[in-house]
Amino acid sequence: MTVVFLILAALTIAGAAAAMSLRSAIHCILALTLGLVGLAALFLQLGAQFVGFTQILVYVGAVAILAVFAIMMTHRASAPAEPILSASWLTGAIVAVAVFAVLAWAIHSTPALTPASLPQPEASVNQIGAALMHRFVLPLEIIGLLLTVALIGAVIVAMPEKQDTL
Amino acid sequence: MSPLNAYLLLSASLFSIGLTGALTRRNAILVLIGIELMLNAANLNFIAFWRYGPHPEALTGIMFAIFSISVAAAEAAVGLGIILAVHRHLKTTDLDQMNSMKG
Amino acid sequence: MADSTAWIVRNLWLVPALPVMAGAVIALAKQRHRVLAASLAIGSMTISFLLSLCAFVHVLGQGDSLKQVVNVNWFQFGNQWLQLGWVLDPLTAVMLLMVTFVSLLIFIYSVGYMAHDENFTRFFCFLALFAAAMLGVVIANSLLLLFMCWEIMGLTSYLLIGFWYAKPSAAAAAKKAFIVTRIGDLGFFLGLAWLYSQTGTLLLYDSGAGCLEHSALTTLVTHTTIFGLTVSTGIALLIFCGAAGKSGQVPLHIWLPDAMEGPTPVSALIHAATMVAAGVFLIARIYPIMSASSLPALTPTIALQVVTWVGAITALFGALIAVAQYDIKRILAYSTVSQLGYMMMGLGIGGPAVGMFHLITHAFFKALLFLGAGSVIHGCSGEQHVARMGGLRRFMPITFATYAVGMLALSGFPLFFSGFWSKDAILHSAHEWTLSQVPFYFGSIGALLTAFYMTRQTYYVFAGELRLRAPEKEAHLELDNPHDGHVHESPSIMTTPLVILAACTLVLGYFGTPLWPWFQSFLNGEHTGISLARFREPGLVPVMIASSIIALAGLGLGWLLYGRKPIEDAEAPDALQRIQPRIFSVLGHAFYINELYAATFLPLNAACAAICDWFDRWVWNGAVQTVSYFVLGLAWFDNFIDAYIVNAGFDAGCHTVSRGARVLSLLQGGRIQSYLRMIGLALIVLAILMFWRIKA
Repeated sequence: MTVVFLILAALTIAGAAAAMSLRSAIHCILALTLGLVGLAALFLQLGAQFVGFTQILVYVGAVAILAVFAIMMTHRASAPAEPILSASWLTGAIVAVAVFAVLAWAIHSTPALTPASLPQPEASVNQIGAALMHRFVLPLEIIGLLLTVALIGAVIVAMPEKQDTL
Repeated sequence: MSPLNAYLLLSASLFSIGLTGALTRRNAILVLIGIELMLNAANLNFIAFWRYGPHPEALTGIMFAIFSISVAAAEAAVGLGIILAVHRHLKTTDLDQMNSMKG
Repeated sequence: MADSTAWIVRNLWLVPALPVMAGAVIALAKQRHRVLAASLAIGSMTISFLLSLCAFVHVLGQGDSLKQVVNVNWFQFGNQWLQLGWVLDPLTAVMLLMVTFVSLLIFIYSVGYMAHDENFTRFFCFLALFAAAMLGVVIANSLLLLFMCWEIMGLTSYLLIGFWYAKPSAAAAAKKAFIVTRIGDLGFFLGLAWLYSQTGTLLLYDSGAGCLEHSALTTLVTHTTIFGLTVSTGIALLIFCGAAGKSGQVPLHIWLPDAMEGPTPVSALIHAATMVAAGVFLIARIYPIMSASSLPALTPTIALQVVTWVGAITALFGALIAVAQYDIKRILAYSTVSQLGYMMMGLGIGGPAVGMFHLITHAFFKALLFLGAGSVIHGCSGEQHVARMGGLRRFMPITFATYAVGMLALSGFPLFFSGFWSKDAILHSAHEWTLSQVPFYFGSIGALLTAFYMTRQTYYVFAGELRLRAPEKEAHLELDNPHDGHVHESPSIMTTPLVILAACTLVLGYFGTPLWPWFQSFLNGEHTGISLARFREPGLVPVMIASSIIALAGLGLGWLLYGRKPIEDAEAPDALQRIQPRIFSVLGHAFYINELYAATFLPLNAACAAICDWFDRWVWNGAVQTVSYFVLGLAWFDNFIDAYIVNAGFDAGCHTVSRGARVLSLLQGGRIQSYLRMIGLALIVLAILMFWRIKA
């Protein structure tokens, strides 16, 4: 509950909230980027440096950019003042709020989980690499396969259809 | 409250915000973004538990988070590809107009 | 016992079996296999004749032991065996010989007579079958076998009378014959059943246990039944019903004249020589029952009295009607009725010997007369009306000569012809009858009339000038003869049997004269020699002289009315008709007996049939219809349930599912976000549930 945590938390939440409520999609992405960066900082603060940097590399560097590309490609030139929220959005909002309520209640109702002070665990890249190669080698390989499939799949899905020229 | 509880609460709120966006925004890409946000909230959850939970030397939380990030990246790529393909057909990314599966 | 019986006795069954097998084979042959049919029939009958000769010789040689019997177990029911069997005794032997010989001659004759008929093969099939049945009746030792063969005879008679079934009169005559004889057969069957129930055996002779043997007869005589008659009398009278039907006694004689619709060989064989004689034979066969009596000997039993009276009435009746007939065959038919009456009379008064002698001689000369009539019809291209014939003695000499022999025999011309001797024996017995002289008078008047009408017929047919015209196109002629218009003698295949029969007629009489009554003693199982002593029996010579005078008187009367002035005009009324038109007309219509039956029994029968029909139509049919309507109703109800309840229910179920599905499918909005919201809700619910569980 340090001040750093509070500031970072506020930043992240602000970015997320903005990402979900702004009108322009580009603005949403930019706000999202802010939120993601805040999350990365939180990771760093928690001592998971590798994850934090990976977060920035992948999410901010790839996913957000990709989303921007997608928005730009699907952007309609004439964008009248159309509603940003879908029909019956209130139901969705209520559901989300309910989910939060349940989660919060669950968190709140559990007894104090751990003592306040715990020594900072070690998570060096060396250790992560060793773990990847020993204990988590199967998931590693599968992830590799998954990424290959996703790559090929995305290319095929997004490819323009062949036009039969007679 | 303990630091863990704080992180969990933060994670829960991020999740809810992401869910709100996924459930209420009209643009398909923004729904996808909401889903990414939810994934991130889960990642935070994992790392928090790694830090404050038992057996941090097993690095379970970190591993899970790394894999989660990779999968999320792949999923974002494919999902956006699909949205692009749909856009080519329907000329729109408005989810309310994609109701041809209506019963 | 089987070893000591001779070969012929053991194989006597072949005598009827061969013709029936021939008939069976002919039945399978096609119509064009004429030679096969004729040769099979004639061949089998020849062999049967030779076997009958062997049997006769065997019986001749036996002397004293009379009856030789073979009984065969047929099938078992309960713990009793149903037995069939045959018997060989003098009665059987003479009858077999006569039947096979006369049948053989008639078969040969038929080859010529039916040569132009297209149903030649069918004719021989039925003839063979009939011969087999008749021979079966002759040799039968079992009541059952006797009745079976009796009925088969009736069937073949029906088939043969109605041989030209396309002619309505022939079909009606066949039906009439069958039905009238059936009425007699009903009594016959009742009598047989009664006999079986009283004696417990179906066999006639069975080493002492048969129905005609002593112990059975004693039983029959001692028990009495209704009206105080003994059982034997009752049975005898019932069996006599069958004989009366088959032998054309009054009142069941009506079928015989109509049976002339059949071809002439049929009339000769069945309705002159054999089948009608079967009734007489039957009475001779069961004579022990007819004569079984507890009264002192020589008093005739009631059964025999009935037989005598019926015979006497029939003798006179037939002779009266024959006087006024114009159809050549009908004259002979009524003559047969009359002669059968004589035979019955002879049986009743004098016993089997007297009756059977007349039966044998009558068979030969009546067959001769019928075959001669057939020859005349054949020669006149189908003409049967005597008034339209005439002068045929010049054109058909052989037929005329043989016909004359037969006619004189029938008339009872003294001394040379068999008919005289046999009829004289009957008249002699009638004269000696203690109960009444009326049968004698009837017989005498009948003899006078017999001579008279035969003379009349002979003068019409053979004397004078030819009155025959060419047949009209529409005339229903018996034969389809291509030689129309020209009168000609018949071919030798037809005249040869005539000659043989004429010879027999001349010769046979000498076997039964009082000088040497071989026939009578043969039947009684005695030996006899030539002796003049019998002529000294009281009443014998006077009766002989009387019957000679009667015969000559009849012939003379006939010449007086028909012979003095030759008949020139075919259309002119008969001489007798001119004298007594009323009587002539009554006689011509056969005393209107047919009309009487048509007015009484037939409407009664029709009424009963109508009642039965109503019953059948409305009661039985109604019951069946009710059941069927009930079932239909059930089926309709079932259908209703099936269509409207089961089917509709099922349809309704399906519709409900369908509609439900349609309603449920409305849940699908097609919008992803609503699905996501649902997932969210589910997540909440799940989470709450899990936490509650953990909490609790």
